[in-house]
Amino acid sequence: MARNFDSEGSERGGKFGRGPRGGSRRRRVSRLSAEKIDYIDYKDVKLLQSYIAENGKILPRRLTGVSAWQQRKLTEAIKRARNIALLPYTRY
Amino acid sequence: MRTYEVMFISTPSVGEDDLAKLTSNLETVIQERGGTVTKTENMGRRKLAYKIDKYDEGIYTLIYLEGSGREIAEVERRLRVTDFVIRHITVRTDEDLKRAAKMKAKRKTVPASAPAADGVDADDSDNDDMD
Repeated sequence: MARNFDSEGSERGGKFGRGPRGGSRRRRVSRLSAEKIDYIDYKDVKLLQSYIAENGKILPRRLTGVSAWQQRKLTEAIKRARNIALLPYTRY
Repeated sequence: MRTYEVMFISTPSVGEDDLAKLTSNLETVIQERGGTVTKTENMGRRKLAYKIDKYDEGIYTLIYLEGSGREIAEVERRLRVTDFVIRHITVRTDEDLKRAAKMKAKRKTVPASAPAADGVDADDSDNDDMD
């Protein structure tokens, strides 16, 4: 309770209170990784795909809610995957 | 001992035999230098995420190996001089895998303390997730 600064209950405020419209992909708590994955594999295209944006950019952890360590490993894995053409550097 | 993964992409037009010859060549190179090949995996034809030298698909091959690290230089050199290999990557995996195994073991030994007592990773999303 104590750590919930946002005014409770107001749906339109956006859970993390940044602007009234809020992003639809603000899924802060989605922790696909944290579930069970200790080793983030660059070959796991499906997993990595969920951490890159439409245009191929790596999503900031502000949006995905992964830990700093996970973000580092994800970044590493995504870059490897890009190098070996499993993931695109860019789309459009 | 270190473990590595060597992945490379061949042109889609390469003959089966040429590819087979290359992989068996690499395997002997590795063995000659004291390494062991754990597994060779033919991942088959795959669409490339972007074009590489006008190719938009390639044949992926993956070699898992174990060794001191001295094998890698020669393996990479051979991949570089082989014309039908359009891209390759070597990744050292032992350290990360070891760490992953450790984390797994740790989680096993402390199973029931999960609910609220001590969030193993001490991440902030424990209290404010459900609403």
